Amino acid sequence: MTAFQAGADYGDGRGEEARGPAAIVLGHADPASKRIIVGYGFWIFLLSDIIMFSAFFATYAVLSGETAGGPSGKDLFDLHNVAIETACLLLSSFTCGLAAIGARAHNGLMYYGGMAATCVLGLGFLTIEIHEFVGMIAQGAGPTRSAFLSAFFTLVGCHGVHVTLGTLWLLTMIAQVFAKGYRADILRRVLCFALFWHTLDIIWVAIFTVVYLFGAGA
Amino acid sequence: MSSTEDYQPLHGADHAPGDEPVGRHEVAEGVVGYLIGLGLAVLLTAVSFFIAGTSLVWHPSIPIALVVLAIAQIGVHLVFFLHITTGPDNVNNVLALAFGVLIVFLLIVGSLWIMYNLNQNMGPMPMPMG
Repeated sequence: MTAFQAGADYGDGRGEEARGPAAIVLGHADPASKRIIVGYGFWIFLLSDIIMFSAFFATYAVLSGETAGGPSGKDLFDLHNVAIETACLLLSSFTCGLAAIGARAHNGLMYYGGMAATCVLGLGFLTIEIHEFVGMIAQGAGPTRSAFLSAFFTLVGCHGVHVTLGTLWLLTMIAQVFAKGYRADILRRVLCFALFWHTLDIIWVAIFTVVYLFGAGA
Repeated sequence: MSSTEDYQPLHGADHAPGDEPVGRHEVAEGVVGYLIGLGLAVLLTAVSFFIAGTSLVWHPSIPIALVVLAIAQIGVHLVFFLHITTGPDNVNNVLALAFGVLIVFLLIVGSLWIMYNLNQNMGPMPMPMG
């Protein structure tokens, strides 16, 4: 097989002139586009964030029974609120997906509408969560009450901080697209933001199962 | 680099996590994908909340059912929202995910295993220590 046949074997419809002579001889493909590299790097970061959360989950699972005579999850958790919080985050993941499609298609209505809806749903989630935390602290079930509550506030609070930062990032991305347009570098940031937001939803699935449903049910 | 160039996979072998698979750039198709994901996620969530509060199923099976439902829902989110699939253009993303899952598994199962054994071996302790 000649070098030129080796180059043509990629079957991606691009001629050999798209590759340098060295690439043809060595059989290397072109480097990936910047969007793929940025997305992949951010995916690695998100996985490390998930690993950090898994440490908090392990801590919570070990300490969930150590109530020190104080209130347990059964006394504190209101599944009605949790269901509304879950609905907010699930819907926001959908609207975030619409915004990502809108950004890609340069469709202002979809992008700004999707981002605005995501922002409103994220703020709705945060409002309910802060209300829950304040209520718990007011009835003497703050993070200092027991090991169970320390682990609870660390785990759920850390997710809440992520949602707060995500909302700030969301507003930044609305402003950046508004000011600079659908530029390639801005669109890469939108891609990373969407990945971040969807990952928060995955962590919330684990939280409502392990913390709230286990705590209130069993 | 123009924004359209950035979307073209230069060698057709990879795609960024979160991007639609190559060739699915139609807006309507994308929306349908997210709609399917939302529908499945809502269904699994609803079943989770129902099972947690019901007396219809054998009680000790509830935690296992909840874990299975949660893992299924995380899978739905990964495929339909993050677009991490088993396609040949996704090997890098899946490998990174597999390594992450391995670490998460070791961390959580290892912690629970060790702490459970410690609790068993220590037994009840007299409260005023020292």
